[in-house]
Amino acid sequence: MTTLQTPTTPAAAGPATTGRRGRRPRPGRRGTLVAFLTPALALFLLLVIAPIVVASYASLYKWNGFGLPENFVGLDNYTRAFADPTFRGDLWRALVLIVLSLVIQLPAALGLAMLLNQPLRGRSVYRLVFFAPYVLSEVTTAVLFTLVFSPNRGLGGTISRWLGADAGAVFADPDTVLFAVFLVVSWKYFGLYMILFLAARQGIPKELSEAATTDGAGAWQTFRYVTLPLLGPTIRISVFLSVIGTIQLFDMVWVLTGGGPIHASETMAVTMYQYGFRRFEVGYASAISIVMFALSLVFALFYQRVVLRRDTEGALTSQGVQR
Amino acid sequence: MTAHLSRRSLLGLVGAGAGAYLLSACSDGGSDEPDGPQTINWWHIQNTEPMLPVWAAVAQEYQGAHTGVTVDIQPLENEAFKTKLTTATQAGSPPDLFQSWGGGVLRQQVDAGLVKDLTDDVQPWIGGLLPAAMQPFTIDGRIYGVPFDVGMVGFWYNKDLFAKAGITTTPTTWAGVLDVVRKLKAAGTVPIALAGKEKWPAHFYWAYLAMRIGGLGALQQAAKDKNFDTPDFVAAGERLKELVDLQPFQKGFLGADYSSPDGQAATMGNGGAAMELMGQWAPSVQASSSTGKKGIGDKLGFFPFPAVDGGKGVASEVFGGGNGFAVGKDAPTATVDFLKTLLSADNQRKAAQTGAVLPTVREAAPAISDPNNKVVAESLASATGFQLYLDQAYPPAVGQQVNDSVAELIAGTKTPAQIVKDISAVAKSQ
Repeated sequence: MTTLQTPTTPAAAGPATTGRRGRRPRPGRRGTLVAFLTPALALFLLLVIAPIVVASYASLYKWNGFGLPENFVGLDNYTRAFADPTFRGDLWRALVLIVLSLVIQLPAALGLAMLLNQPLRGRSVYRLVFFAPYVLSEVTTAVLFTLVFSPNRGLGGTISRWLGADAGAVFADPDTVLFAVFLVVSWKYFGLYMILFLAARQGIPKELSEAATTDGAGAWQTFRYVTLPLLGPTIRISVFLSVIGTIQLFDMVWVLTGGGPIHASETMAVTMYQYGFRRFEVGYASAISIVMFALSLVFALFYQRVVLRRDTEGALTSQGVQR
Repeated sequence: MTAHLSRRSLLGLVGAGAGAYLLSACSDGGSDEPDGPQTINWWHIQNTEPMLPVWAAVAQEYQGAHTGVTVDIQPLENEAFKTKLTTATQAGSPPDLFQSWGGGVLRQQVDAGLVKDLTDDVQPWIGGLLPAAMQPFTIDGRIYGVPFDVGMVGFWYNKDLFAKAGITTTPTTWAGVLDVVRKLKAAGTVPIALAGKEKWPAHFYWAYLAMRIGGLGALQQAAKDKNFDTPDFVAAGERLKELVDLQPFQKGFLGADYSSPDGQAATMGNGGAAMELMGQWAPSVQASSSTGKKGIGDKLGFFPFPAVDGGKGVASEVFGGGNGFAVGKDAPTATVDFLKTLLSADNQRKAAQTGAVLPTVREAAPAISDPNNKVVAESLASATGFQLYLDQAYPPAVGQQVNDSVAELIAGTKTPAQIVKDISAVAKSQ
């Protein structure tokens, strides 16, 4: 568990540095600092900060990407986005996908992880098989599923027809396409969450569940009151990754459906691409990208402060105890 | 972790832009002395057989005849070309000679001062080209590009499936098309293949109907007035709705690609649908996407988009487009001369013989051997008017809106009266 937490918690390094505060770095040490920090800082400024600044700037202009932006429109691009039915739909669809992920995908991964923690014949084979889809790239996965659900000749359609239903055209029907996309996203990512949960589960000492059993707890009670709380940090991080990933969903949707039919599976990133690279409305596309950034940032800050707080504080205390 | 993930999406859009600015600083701008060594950077999209070796041979020959001139060829795949060109043009450094479809995108490049005005340079020889082909490359009376290929959209149909449904003659009116669709359905045949996912194939229907109902001028006038909210455009949507209401398309058409193994072209090529409205490339894509790689061979026929009763347009006005080359603002002087060589009757004949190009030079027309190509070429040669694909003729945002709106009309979420308002709104915002 600590390996997961340490990089995300600058506070963990706190006590180590406070000890040295006030002491002047030796001259040689300063040179080393500069030498090691400059390349990373330069890259960070050039590839992270500069694009954010440029995008914020471009988002205030009506600009087709040729030459320099000249037509200043203030916040028009933002008011336009929030009045645009497609973009509002994007927000709604992101919410639907997030809820589906939290209610179906993560619990399913958790359940599977618990199952694969049991002594089971061929357990490692199952683990490998369930994790395998995560290794594929999003584009490969999407191409694979367009073939499976190809309306007239796909494997998915054929199998579902044997079962008396017809799932051949799930990507062509505006009513089902979003759920079909969710299914493919889940297929690819549940293996990752499963492995995370499994690793966390194996980090829980056996003595705890043994003690619970001795105290007369049943299987469900042991899970509910011992295992689940101890999996807390991993679950909270998984929720975080899942939400941020959904806000930025692009590759999979772009290849699977292109956002269609009639915007029924479009995400914010797809809308941004359409405006930036198809319609050459770079200013408006920048505004959408800034909204995506703001959403992710606000969510990340809120989540870190409120939900992950216990985990980070816990990490700090344990460091303190070790010292 | 947090910072990395939440900013990744921005890098895509803005990083590309920032990179482009950096690249622009590195470009040399080309050498301008007429006698010094010159390098022509040439980007084309004929990146496969049969045209790839033809272009290479022409360039080789030109280099042999002109010492000091190097032709640096970059064959690119269509989508890759668009992305690469966008980056280059936004950085203000277009290649010397590059693929262009004319129309709205070319106009944007002209307005940004990125392409050369060729009017005076090509004056001596441009008269040998089909006037219809020149239309997309002529902006405000000036020529900014030269087409080497031109084609048109029309109905491609499966003669066997038509015969099976008891249809003996191809329709000459829109009512006739609807009738044919009803007969095909009655015979248990899928009447029309359509790639709904890609949108552009569907826009052909609406555009052609608007052209037949309002006349050729209506489409240009609408773009100029930024107003599509006219009775003619609404009527075009209503006629299209009549067709859609007959449910003529293959199963799952809203999710179908054009050239994937289960897409529009494959459905035609495998004999799964009776007709499609498509450009001159249809026979070759049908063949390459079909299971047997052969398509339906000589069972394939062509008829032009019919007239609409009471419409102002006539069936001899064609809707289509072609491929051409534009010349970048910093191109070396030899570029225009090289372009002239590309468009020589000899080289156009070579291109026509491959079957992949419909030549724009009149003299080269007899070199067309494929019977389907011949029909298209004859319709084009006798055309009384020409309109470029709307998604290329109009500014990109308006063209994309036309595609989106027609898709909504076909899916039944918007009415003909609503879509003309949506398109007008986007046109006015430009």
